[in-house]
Amino acid sequence: MAGHNTEERDALTGRTTTGHEWDGIKELNTPLPRWWLNIFYATIIWSIGYFIAYPAWPTISGYTQGVLGYSSRAEVQVELDALKTKRSAQAADLAKVELAAIKADPKLLSLALAQGRAAFGDNCAPCHGLGGAGSKGYPNLNDDEWLWGGSLEEIHTTLKHGIRSSNDSDTRVSAMPAFGRDGLLKKEEIRQVANHVRVLAGQASEAGYDKAVGGKLFADNCAACHGDAGKGNKELGAPNLTDAITLYGNTVEDLVETIANSRAGMMPAWAHRLDPVTVKALTIYVHNLGGGK
Amino acid sequence: MSSDLDDLPLYASAKKVYPQAVSGFYRRIKWAALFICLGIYYFLPFLRWDRGPNLPNQAVLVDLVNRRFYFFPIEVWPQEVYYFTGLLVIAALVLFLMNAIAGRIWCGYLCPQTVWSDLFLVVERFFEGDRRERIKRDEGVWNIEVWARKIAKHAVWLFIAWWTGGAWVLYFADAPTLVRELATGTAPFAAYVWIAILTFTTYTLAGIMREQVCNYMCPWPRIQAALTDEEALNVTYRYDRGEPRTSLKEATKLRAAGQSAGDCVDCNQCVAVCPTGIDIRHGSQLECIQCGLCIDACDNVMTKIGRPTSLIAYDTDNNVKARAAGEPEKVWRPIRPRTLIYFAVVAVVGGAMLYQLATRATAGISLIHDRNPLFVTLADGSVRNAFTVRLINKRPDARHFALTVEGVPGIVIEVTNITSTADWRPVVAVEPDTTREVRALVTVPKGVLDQKSVPIRIHAADLFAGERVVAKDHFFGPG
Repeated sequence: MAGHNTEERDALTGRTTTGHEWDGIKELNTPLPRWWLNIFYATIIWSIGYFIAYPAWPTISGYTQGVLGYSSRAEVQVELDALKTKRSAQAADLAKVELAAIKADPKLLSLALAQGRAAFGDNCAPCHGLGGAGSKGYPNLNDDEWLWGGSLEEIHTTLKHGIRSSNDSDTRVSAMPAFGRDGLLKKEEIRQVANHVRVLAGQASEAGYDKAVGGKLFADNCAACHGDAGKGNKELGAPNLTDAITLYGNTVEDLVETIANSRAGMMPAWAHRLDPVTVKALTIYVHNLGGGK
Repeated sequence: MSSDLDDLPLYASAKKVYPQAVSGFYRRIKWAALFICLGIYYFLPFLRWDRGPNLPNQAVLVDLVNRRFYFFPIEVWPQEVYYFTGLLVIAALVLFLMNAIAGRIWCGYLCPQTVWSDLFLVVERFFEGDRRERIKRDEGVWNIEVWARKIAKHAVWLFIAWWTGGAWVLYFADAPTLVRELATGTAPFAAYVWIAILTFTTYTLAGIMREQVCNYMCPWPRIQAALTDEEALNVTYRYDRGEPRTSLKEATKLRAAGQSAGDCVDCNQCVAVCPTGIDIRHGSQLECIQCGLCIDACDNVMTKIGRPTSLIAYDTDNNVKARAAGEPEKVWRPIRPRTLIYFAVVAVVGGAMLYQLATRATAGISLIHDRNPLFVTLADGSVRNAFTVRLINKRPDARHFALTVEGVPGIVIEVTNITSTADWRPVVAVEPDTTREVRALVTVPKGVLDQKSVPIRIHAADLFAGERVVAKDHFFGPG
């Protein structure tokens, strides 16, 4: 009986067939090359060693650890430590020198700018944007308007202690009253003040605005912090109301909202989160964005 | 299909070639070429060229670390890599030109493969004797003496190969310093790696593979075959004069009887001296590197037997055909449309490169506009754009560039962390032969800008040399 085991040779090629036949076409027996198979077996054996040496099998609540104790997390930690060691010499230089001296030394300056740029992307960009452009409620760091001062030292203090940060006793703090919510001013009075602020900044006022009324309300309620002319006071973080930059918008509606409910933006105290050298580098970087005084 | 054909090996194993020593005109040219080429290769790195205190004083230096290439008075920056493209175009066309005039003179006289193979053959002959002795030794018993000779030969080969690799790395660093470092074992790791690689390739290519490189690895023989024509000089066996070949005795007898006989006496000297082991009497062929050594060998024999020389000679196909047909010889025309066109292209490319080099700017400026934010409104209502400005100083002295901006009325430029100015223009100092990146703030007063985007130009002017460069960009505003 002709079975699969019977060896049949193909007349044309001289090779054996597998015994399979379709419409008279027979399949030649073409085994995998020996060298290929051997390499394949070798990889299987290799994988056994791999299972033993490295983390491999998932278990119910974890995975087999492997006898080498390898972990990619530990590997990253080693590399991070190495980077820290490598940078420590430069960091020491930055730590020693005054902010102004860093600015004056081109080598330290470029080092601080590079470190600052990286730290800014990691820590500041979520609110201020990658280029420091800010958005409503988050100041643009490229312009020359600073709520708490734009000198190197003032920026450094703001970065270290934050603004209205609950965990830092030296934090920048000030509180504008919520004139509407707390019942200090009536609705129409707030509208008068809002229009007055627009006029101070050289903007148009709406019908019904009375300069005398608005001016008096402003002098009584706002001038203590913002100044008689509305030029602001950096000691108190009181913004200049006369310039072209507003943090929360300058339409009448925006201003009414601000006066009625007050705004109190917050920034973390970075001294608690970052090392002093990084905060220094950030100071230099932010100062260099363009608005630094 | 026959299965016998399948079983034939695809690779014909190489027959070992034992080139015989020969003397003569072309051999002397080859010696001269060998000395000049190797002399340049081994000693050029030590040649000094004063470029002032701020630049290296090595005449030819590929400074990979600082990304500069120095060639005598020329200094090339990475962005000027197109000079190398030009050099490659010229190299290819000069090869074509040489080929159209006198065949493969590159292969026969100047190619590193030929030059080093020649050098290695000298060593081989010194230790193992000339052709006959070498064949005899290889066929005979390998006794201690044969072994000693072989080992000595390979040792000297390896030494030459090592020196070749050593000379190579000298082109990439200050040569005297690197030699000292290599001698004391303090050279960079890469230097040792490259010496090892070049030692290996030199030893293998010039010692072991030799003509195999030309026959199997090099594309030029194939390309050359397509480029040659009937007017190019090629090493040619003048069969019209040589055939029918016969022995010297027979030829003398025939001539005495008033009959004609070919000049070729079938002495096989042309085959014996051939570095690629071919028989030139079979005509022009791919393996022939046209070194002319067979001409020397044949001329020596012809002189001895009192027949005119030049039975093998540099000749054109046209001539051979003309003589075979009994027509007068044609004049060799090195100047003809083909060579003129090659020469013209070489001249155009070379001229363009020279013009580029002569008028090369030694300063440069490039801008990156801040994208985030594109613009910022300042407290007084003016609008500011920030740029990253890179200033390039290709001169060996420090330079001071004053920056100005134009394009919008009242537009001003300032540079952060720069205090020096000239006529209210910010001045940026750039160290010798380097670039400097600064942050520039360009500001337009309130109310001037009436469009979202206006083209502007930022100029950098060398305060002392007067060179001026400009970069174009746009100023963006709220519109």
